[in-house]
Amino acid sequence: MDSVLSVDRGGPAQPLLLAKNLRKHFPIPGGLLGRATRVVRAVDDLTLSVAKGETLGVVGESGCGKSTVARLLMRLIKPDRGTMILDGDPVDEPHGITVNELRRHVQMVFQDSYASLNPRLTIVETLAFAPKAHGLPHAEARGRSRDLLAKVGLEPDTFADRYPHELSGGQRQRVNIARALALRPRLVILDEAVSALDKSVEAQVLNMLVDLKDEFGLTYVFISHDLNVVQYLSDRVLVMYLGKIVEIGDVEAIYGKPQHPYTRALLSARPTMDPRRRTQEAPIQGDPPNPIDPPSGCRFRTRCPFAESVCAGTEPVLADTGKQSVACLMYVPGSGHSKAA
Amino acid sequence: MAIQSPSLDLTAGAGTGVRLTPVAITRGYWQSVARRLRRDPVTLVCGVVLLLVVASALAAPWLGLSDPYKTSMIRRLYPIGSPNFLLGTDELGRDMFSRLIYGGRLSLFMGVTPVVLALLIGGFLGITAGFLGGRVNMLIMRIMDVFYAFPSVLLAISLSGAMGAGAENTLLALTLVFIPPICRVSESVTTQVRGFDFVEAARASGAGTLTIVRVHVLGNVLGPILVYATSLISVAIILAAGLSFLGLGVKPPEPEWGLMLNTLRQAIYVNPVLAALPGVMIFITSICFNLMSDGLRAAMDVKA
Repeated sequence: MDSVLSVDRGGPAQPLLLAKNLRKHFPIPGGLLGRATRVVRAVDDLTLSVAKGETLGVVGESGCGKSTVARLLMRLIKPDRGTMILDGDPVDEPHGITVNELRRHVQMVFQDSYASLNPRLTIVETLAFAPKAHGLPHAEARGRSRDLLAKVGLEPDTFADRYPHELSGGQRQRVNIARALALRPRLVILDEAVSALDKSVEAQVLNMLVDLKDEFGLTYVFISHDLNVVQYLSDRVLVMYLGKIVEIGDVEAIYGKPQHPYTRALLSARPTMDPRRRTQEAPIQGDPPNPIDPPSGCRFRTRCPFAESVCAGTEPVLADTGKQSVACLMYVPGSGHSKAA
Repeated sequence: MAIQSPSLDLTAGAGTGVRLTPVAITRGYWQSVARRLRRDPVTLVCGVVLLLVVASALAAPWLGLSDPYKTSMIRRLYPIGSPNFLLGTDELGRDMFSRLIYGGRLSLFMGVTPVVLALLIGGFLGITAGFLGGRVNMLIMRIMDVFYAFPSVLLAISLSGAMGAGAENTLLALTLVFIPPICRVSESVTTQVRGFDFVEAARASGAGTLTIVRVHVLGNVLGPILVYATSLISVAIILAAGLSFLGLGVKPPEPEWGLMLNTLRQAIYVNPVLAALPGVMIFITSICFNLMSDGLRAAMDVKA
């Protein structure tokens, strides 16, 4: 069960997970004989690294590809292109580790707490499923499941033999978190894991996530559309727009001095509790463009208040600007944008 | 870590030695199905009637009935309520009551067997198509569509006609007729279940396809498929009776409801009530199967 991979191999400086040029285009069946003529460009050439022990927040509007990234990192869907490296081991390559080994070390918590639990299995059966599938004896798997229940704050004697419909939303999401931990993973991807919970329960679960991270030495990729929650939990933040990273950096830099116009618009759209700090910037206009046919050049240019003609022709790449990396021509010297140095 | 839920009281009770039985909590799925069934009088009555029909058919040789094959030229077409012949006699003077009970053996057998066989084959094909999706799904479901192009009655008649009359060929023909609808229902339920996050989570745990199907898919699709198959039994009984009526099914002098309906046809002007009796049996049995499958579906609906 616990392979060599469970222990740290490359040292703290080596990223736990490195994804390079990940791309996923979903074909749209149509045309003659159901042949795909067009594609949804859900994730386009995405490169990211997750450091050991950190929490990487991923934010963006609905439909920007956040969940596709989560499923790509878990290999629940196969990327069209790109490579992944888990602590020095390439994934799904001849001399690397298999997808199954990857899944033992990367686990995921889904958003819909009800749909992600089998209604016909008791809680302990759900939790013991993965360890048993990996060869742990029945009794041992059940024992581990009961321990995990206690760890996520559910009394094993009370909850082990219940069915999902007998639990509240918050309790079910605790079970989902316990299930993700059942294989003792190193990286847990939380895809909108607390978004469906009401505020008081959300706060409890968030605090629990922080505790579990310390106890099990976990690394999180935390996907959410809730900017406040991401700020509270994350060490670094990644902002996505239409399948691409527009800005990535430390949480203080992103929230304190956002550089990309999209990040600025997102953050200023946050409701504030303080009437003296009313939103000054113009709110972002309209809906995101269709990812089937994204705008040429910079994908944000159709909604960007600073867009110029150069933005339609040149696609900006992520460039280091000190504390963060930004994909915007305004920060590329000599790009031709009037605001560029 | 404390959680705000009423369950805290239960554990507290258990800790102080007061054994609180959390009735509403530890109840399993099938127990709640049984509880809902007990509150459904229609389903219960249908179940009892079916039980009577099936039990009497099974136990026919030991019920002390008169010989269903024994003919008599002098007591033909006795009316219902005649002494010694509770339901009268047929056109050859055979005891109707005895023949109706014995007829249930063949009729029920011809109704249930094809559905069970079709359930095994169609269910397997449908679950495979639904879970694997893609080209496998395309291949299996398009083949089923070919069978769907014919009305089931015509398909059964043409198959029976091509293979010749007889009980075995009728069984075979009916099985083939029922594979496509069961396959289609299995496929759609499986496709639906496959889309749930818990199947995704099971894949993410690295479990094999067979394990996922066994643990996560079967338990969630068998219920609806079984309910649908139950509703098909009544169709199978009617189809089998129809084939016998047309002379493509069971051969005389076997007692079988469809065949009896056919041979009693000539007596319809002499004693119409008597001639309708096999039809009444078919009607009661099939409507009971139908209503029971409706009741089962309602009882098995988790959200009810």
